[in-house]
Amino acid sequence: MGKEILTVVDLKKHFGTPFGTVRAVDGVSLSVREGETLGLVGESGSGKSTVAYVISGIYRPTEGSIRYREHEITKATKKRSRSLKKEIQIVFQDPGSSLNPRRSIKQILGGPIRVYSDRKTTQWSNVVAALLETVGLPIEYMHKYPRELGGGEKQMVAVARALATNPSFVVLDEPTSALDVSVQANVITSLMELQNEFELTYLFITHDLSLMRNMATSVAIMYLGKLCEVATTEDFFQSPLHPYTRMLLSSIPTVSDEEEALKPKTIQSSGEIPSPINIPPGCSFHLRCPEKEGICTRVDPIMIDMDETRSVRCHLYTESSRGSAERE
Amino acid sequence: MTRELLQVHNLRVGYKVFDGMLQVLDGIDITLCGSERIGLVGETGCGKTTTAKTVAGVLSIPPASILAGDVYCGGSLLVKGGFSRFKRDFARRVSMIYQDPTAALNPVFTVGAQLMDAIKHSTFGGQLSAGAIRQRALKAFEDVALPDPERILKSYPVQLSGGMRQRVCIAMALAVDSEILIADEPTTSLDVTIQDQVLRLLGQLVEDRETATILISHSLGLVRTWTEHVYVMYGGTLMEAARTQSLFENPKHPYTQGLIAAIPKLTGGGISRGIPGRIPDYLNPPKGCRFSPRCPNAMPVCDSERPAPIDVEPDHWVKCHLYQEG
Repeated sequence: MGKEILTVVDLKKHFGTPFGTVRAVDGVSLSVREGETLGLVGESGSGKSTVAYVISGIYRPTEGSIRYREHEITKATKKRSRSLKKEIQIVFQDPGSSLNPRRSIKQILGGPIRVYSDRKTTQWSNVVAALLETVGLPIEYMHKYPRELGGGEKQMVAVARALATNPSFVVLDEPTSALDVSVQANVITSLMELQNEFELTYLFITHDLSLMRNMATSVAIMYLGKLCEVATTEDFFQSPLHPYTRMLLSSIPTVSDEEEALKPKTIQSSGEIPSPINIPPGCSFHLRCPEKEGICTRVDPIMIDMDETRSVRCHLYTESSRGSAERE
Repeated sequence: MTRELLQVHNLRVGYKVFDGMLQVLDGIDITLCGSERIGLVGETGCGKTTTAKTVAGVLSIPPASILAGDVYCGGSLLVKGGFSRFKRDFARRVSMIYQDPTAALNPVFTVGAQLMDAIKHSTFGGQLSAGAIRQRALKAFEDVALPDPERILKSYPVQLSGGMRQRVCIAMALAVDSEILIADEPTTSLDVTIQDQVLRLLGQLVEDRETATILISHSLGLVRTWTEHVYVMYGGTLMEAARTQSLFENPKHPYTQGLIAAIPKLTGGGISRGIPGRIPDYLNPPKGCRFSPRCPNAMPVCDSERPAPIDVEPDHWVKCHLYQEG
């Protein structure tokens, strides 16, 4: 395993609204090692996209720190150095709206090349052609407009745009949730091949756990702005610890009996994710948790390290904290 | 399993556009028997929703037009020879749950008012007093496990969460005691945990009422857990149909096989490269099998000749030249 490339410590991002403060991200700590894919999974409203945006510098964090290699990057993109901006790129969810419909693919890909490379402008076309080749699209596509491409092809253009600056860290914010499975499969395999080729590190955001199983080296589960469980993919699917993780796994529709056997049987999904304006006291999951106890409604559990690669945030695994809280 | 409730025979539907006629549906044959649950799977743009809309009688004509085909519902003819004879009584036999509950509900009326309207205009609605309609509405909300039905009755759609809105739509579809329920991607806009809850609930309700159901979805996983019989659709034609178990254990059509291989599995082991290419251009659809331009096993005959359904097992047919005898 490589060394840590990105470390996020106690990251918070709050948004002020007329109805109260939305605590979209409320104390997330995670680290990504070089060359791995960290999967960040959660339901809509869990704050996973906000984490992506904060890391890529679109939002400025309210609190906490982000370290990239040796640099402290806890500031908005405008204040990040150009060499740093080059390093961290993002691919958005919907290629239909993340690509400018009035620009040709050449112009779209030329943008980041012009800004970040020292090449003379005359050489654009070659670089654009090389980029298209890298992501497996025909070179003629540089003269097309986004509307002329299919969903999967558009997403590959968005990937090419992210790779144009030669980054080492790419944030993928649900890159395939707008695509059909047959197209998704192609985009995902291409992404994995590109990762090997360019030694990329991915932060992969999705709500699809089965996709995560095939893509990620480790997985972090997010619920209402906080992480519930972090583990390597193997451990995670073999023995999910957090009740929310088990609930998520049990809800996945499967296509074979072997898969069905991997789903936890003892738990059924219930309840809905509460509003991030009114986060319940204690453990934010206690309203839906089938294993909740008295303490869960009062004390928010802290992240406990089970072993080197695995940590979970649940009172079920903190005998000591349960004891001390009862005493209070 | 007893009587045939709905029969769609050789249905062809097109959409008129500036450049000509989009030949979307091309020969759809579906049979739905009493209290059966069937699934219609396919990718975006394969005509699933057009099929549903035609059967439910909510297809907007024009721009759409029914080019050919018959649709029978409980012995009466809804569409004959491409001519829609859709009447109000038929509309009452079929109810539909739409993909996006936010768009399906009118934002300026309370969900209670919309539900009570639906009940008032149902087969039995005419004989009910306002109080009785209200009671039925409350009962319908209770059935779909919505907490505090009195309060929900007075809520506007914006005040409810996505899962609750879809429950309201399910309540509306089931409160009118229709014989056929068409659920068009009922959980696509919902999270997995909510999807699981909504489908479990819907399954329970249609089982109790013995409503025949057509589940339309792009998710093979959903269809596998939820239906008894599956139709696989591609480019406006049916490719394969079988009992659900037999389809997933023994998929025959290259498209079905490709689709199943493309799904990321919980067991890991990577995923395939998917199916190359795009859905056919409906203005000029391929003359033979509509899947042939993308098919890994395409033969010369596939480009020119349309395959006929071939029985490969009892209750399992496939439209593919690969299985043609001789």
